[in-house]
Amino acid sequence: MEAAMDLMRRISPRESETALSALLTLLPDQSTHLLSQVDLPLKVLQDMDAGKEFILCEYNRDADSYRSPWSNNYHPPLDDGSLPSNELRKLEVEANEIFAIYRDQYYEGGVSSVYMWEDDNQGFVACFLIKKDGSRTRDGRRGYLQEGAWDAIHVIEVGLEEEGTAHYCLTSTVMLSLTTDDKQSGSFNLSGSIRRQMILDLPISEGHLCNMGKMIEEMEGKLRNSLDQVYFGKTREMVCTLRPPAEGIQLGGLPQN
Amino acid sequence: MADGGDEPEEAELGEKQKKEIAMWFLANAPAGEIQYVAKDIKSLLGDDGVYETAASEAFPVYNKTHLVSLEMPDRSGNVIITRFGEIDESNYLDPRTAQVATVDHIKQVCSNLRPATDEELPSFYIEGFRSALDAELCKYVDETYPKGTCAVYCTKGKDVEGPGSGFEFTVVISAARHSPQNFCNGSWRSIWKVEFKDDLQVVELNGSLQVGAHYFEEGNVQLDSKNECNDSTIFQSPEDNAISVMNMIRHHEMEYMSSLEASYLNLPDTTFKDLRRKLPVTRTLFPWHNTLQFSLTRDISKELGIGK
Repeated sequence: MEAAMDLMRRISPRESETALSALLTLLPDQSTHLLSQVDLPLKVLQDMDAGKEFILCEYNRDADSYRSPWSNNYHPPLDDGSLPSNELRKLEVEANEIFAIYRDQYYEGGVSSVYMWEDDNQGFVACFLIKKDGSRTRDGRRGYLQEGAWDAIHVIEVGLEEEGTAHYCLTSTVMLSLTTDDKQSGSFNLSGSIRRQMILDLPISEGHLCNMGKMIEEMEGKLRNSLDQVYFGKTREMVCTLRPPAEGIQLGGLPQN
Repeated sequence: MADGGDEPEEAELGEKQKKEIAMWFLANAPAGEIQYVAKDIKSLLGDDGVYETAASEAFPVYNKTHLVSLEMPDRSGNVIITRFGEIDESNYLDPRTAQVATVDHIKQVCSNLRPATDEELPSFYIEGFRSALDAELCKYVDETYPKGTCAVYCTKGKDVEGPGSGFEFTVVISAARHSPQNFCNGSWRSIWKVEFKDDLQVVELNGSLQVGAHYFEEGNVQLDSKNECNDSTIFQSPEDNAISVMNMIRHHEMEYMSSLEASYLNLPDTTFKDLRRKLPVTRTLFPWHNTLQFSLTRDISKELGIGK
């Protein structure tokens, strides 16, 4: 498995779907593990009843159908597809509504979905997903990107403790690809994926949604900064190492960390 | 699984598929990482025979794509593995020292060196132009790329004896930086086609530039950038041509470098914003604490000015 994960870290993020598919062919008995460890760009489906799109992932899948968080129906329809309990569904509905507003504030477009399900330890797991297509033909307001995709997957395991606190374990993955074609016949593509974890014990006086939301917001901010300053910055550093800019050209702009 | 008679066929298909998968991973390894990818895929394959076959086909492709340069055994310099200097699958010409290197693609080492034959080298007339250009090229690469290697190959008309016929050179620049302990690798590749059109008395330039970088500490981020450019100048003496051509190459590569810089500078404030803002328009964090009550959802919409 280590070899498989090492390969996924080396192959270009834009080829991750092909790479994963190849690994699944090679290691069929490791498929569950591979699918849980490797994230692929998110796909969406239209919920005809609700008139909105929803995101597909392992957490809303049952057999070959996917459950929409808007109508709670499976597409294609499934007789006894698994559903969250009534209480959890209430929380799920609220989460979807609020997360949609959060999404609009930060992403100015895109699609979001939240899925929840009970786990074995009397707690529950929530999965918050965002898919943004920032290309100028879709939701890219400023028109800078020929191609741009941001996919975020946040999985939070919530364990109920005593004394009014809960234990939150957040695992976040952001997959990103952007292509600018500003020059005559050139292309510039940066793509990447990073995964981080955050574990907190928080009082539940403000409610689970508040706690989870704040964690996700903080995490997304950190990941965005990390991608921008560290990861992209490192590739830029490499280019300047390969070909040091001539004296007199100011490098300024990026912080030195 | 299949019954008796079909088994040998299925096993064969499995092998072919395995080989294709191995070849895909090897060919798609980033610059400087093929040995790591090789190690991984070999252990996953669990079949050394299939791996060896895949490697013997994939490594040459990778080496040529990435313009891998190998040190020649007599320390006279590096030989670049490229289709422009390929004598055959295992032998590559180094025009500067007029030698042919035998190469082990999988081990990525030079196993033998011999002088090039007259048939493998260009004519005296052509060599005049080639070596003049090569001299200027070396100066440029030394100044510009700390770890760069370069070569000028005659790719058309190498037997032309004098004025009256056209010919073509291919200039190759390859710079790579491998820093596996820092989880960072990168490469710069320039391929310039220089066409000497005797009838029109012009020299036409076609450049294909490619930069790649990979940073993978607890993540996987890659830069992949390409650029194509054209230019032309008049046909002159070998020395003057060399200077003109190198000036054009220098100019275009510097322009490309500047555009890369500009793309990076624009990233945080403009391009990235089309994906995700740093903060909402309100410039404050999202008011999660106001979301305890259902009905407040509508109030938030008003507060944040989204009402449509």
